[in-house]
Amino acid sequence: MNGNRATAVEHPGPGAPPPAIGVEGLECRYGDTVVLSGVSFAVREGELFFVIGGSGCGKSTLLRHLIGLKKPARGTVRYFGENFTNEDLAARRNLLKTFGVLYQNAALWSSMTLRENVALPLEQYTILNRRERDEIVTLKLAQVGLAGYEEFFPSELSGGMRKRAGLARALALDPRIVFFDEPSAGLDPVTSRKLDELVLQIRESLGTTMVIVSHELASIFALADRVIMLDHEARGIIAEGRPRELADSNDDPRVREFLTRGEEKA
Amino acid sequence: MTAVATQARAETIAEGDDLVVTLGGDWRITGPLPAWRRVRGDRAPRAVRFRVEGLERWDSSLVRFVFEVQSWCRGAKTLCDTTALPEIVRRLAGQLEQAQAKRVPADHSRNFLATVGLAAADSWRQTRDFADFVGECTLSAIGLIKRPGRFRWRDCILEMQQCGAMAVPIVSLSSFLVGLTLAYTGAIILRQFGGDIWVADIVGLSTLREMGAVMTGVVLAGRTGAAFAAQLGNMKANEEIDALETLGIAPVDFLVLPRLVALTLMTPLLAMYANCLGIFGGMVVSATVLEIPPNAYWIETQSNIDLADVSVSLIKSVIFGMLIAVASCLRGLQAERSAAGVGRAATSAVVTSILLLIVADAVFAVLFNVLGL
Repeated sequence: MNGNRATAVEHPGPGAPPPAIGVEGLECRYGDTVVLSGVSFAVREGELFFVIGGSGCGKSTLLRHLIGLKKPARGTVRYFGENFTNEDLAARRNLLKTFGVLYQNAALWSSMTLRENVALPLEQYTILNRRERDEIVTLKLAQVGLAGYEEFFPSELSGGMRKRAGLARALALDPRIVFFDEPSAGLDPVTSRKLDELVLQIRESLGTTMVIVSHELASIFALADRVIMLDHEARGIIAEGRPRELADSNDDPRVREFLTRGEEKA
Repeated sequence: MTAVATQARAETIAEGDDLVVTLGGDWRITGPLPAWRRVRGDRAPRAVRFRVEGLERWDSSLVRFVFEVQSWCRGAKTLCDTTALPEIVRRLAGQLEQAQAKRVPADHSRNFLATVGLAAADSWRQTRDFADFVGECTLSAIGLIKRPGRFRWRDCILEMQQCGAMAVPIVSLSSFLVGLTLAYTGAIILRQFGGDIWVADIVGLSTLREMGAVMTGVVLAGRTGAAFAAQLGNMKANEEIDALETLGIAPVDFLVLPRLVALTLMTPLLAMYANCLGIFGGMVVSATVLEIPPNAYWIETQSNIDLADVSVSLIKSVIFGMLIAVASCLRGLQAERSAAGVGRAATSAVVTSILLLIVADAVFAVLFNVLGL
């Protein structure tokens, strides 16, 4: 697990395919409070992209705007060149299939077994029959290391297992992009590292683009191809690049402080 | 999206006794996919060989297809040659096969006897829990009397507003309509005997002794009981109750008692108000349909009902208020820590409250009869 990975794409030339996610001039506000403004960035296909920043900097807000839970006040979000914001419901529904989301608390439906949880997106969006769906469910649960747990209810699982089950559900439709909201929140370091490995493994086998909202430094350095750092006062991106380079040589002390846990000065 | 996304293909050519399956196109799980049964037809090859030609994107749907072919080959004792497939596809298909064989036992099914046994044990446990809870509430109430300063008066007043003042509109409407219905029903019989004026007695007595308190109780069980259970259930799911306990604060003192006091004080007030509106409903029907002037109706009502009837209504409503508060708070605190659990707690709170209310009403009927009240 070092920084050199074949999938880390460098600057694309002219005529390159559109980025997996393209965000332009995004402004997020709650009522009259502007949380983020003028946010623009692009995520290339197959990239492991981190959104980092201190608590309350708008990481989760940005994520909610990217996945369409909140409507941006201004700006656009594009997936593979197709506009996601301000589109009609049918077009948005079509784009919803291109990404999966792992929520902070896994957000598994508590009244349904893992099989039913993972099968629901398949029932909605595919024409597979029951046996075929079950096979996909088995495969997805096996991919996250939960083979054999089909008939368990979420309440019967540990926190780490629930996260992995949530990931299996996010992967059910083989999305090209997966969003993670604080994947290591509430997990012990070992479980958290295993989840990181799982993320790498899935990216490797399926080439999925991953966007991870996190402030877990260990994960950031181990996984990230590129990060953007948000700041509460700047209401936008204050740094962008490889985490190691940012920690070593960024001009902004806030960035260095964050990435070294404020230990740099000592 | 690729410019020209071609549909997923699985074409077959027979080469001697072998069947060669050529995979190509865009295998998306959300798109149309070939089915192995149709691809194979009714051929029974000696071996199945995969070939890849113009395969664009692929996902789990291809892995599943390969797995299905492999399973069929195993069943038909046919050779399956997957060497031409991408290595990851073969690995994932292998993973799926291993996972198929693996089952962690999760037995949610029960036989009849076990279900009956568990239900019996559960009803005993529930009765004991209820008794425990009533005891806890009593101890907590004694504590309140000893040290009234420590009681959460602010919460209690807020709850009073929620379960008392905010319930006025619905209590008004329901009790007015009940009084109105009683008057109509009474008039059917009394008119035949020319005793229209006794409608006032029927409405007055049945409202005061039964309908006022019971209707208020039912409305509050549905409105406030469900709210209490949902609030407490949600707090439990969020570990807020645990946080209270680890601070050494009894949830009963902090959460249940303010609600219990609020509902016990508010129910009789609402019941009295409901009684007035019930009588008013009867008066409206009498004045408009039966042509009895309101003052005659009022005098007849006064001549028939006395303080004993009013006190019956008051005693009943105080007890109803207590029962609803205790039952719904208990259900809330017993809720499972999930969204479904909170929903079940709210339902169960309403059902338990109404059931207890009816049982208590029956007990009162017997008791008041014996006491001659």
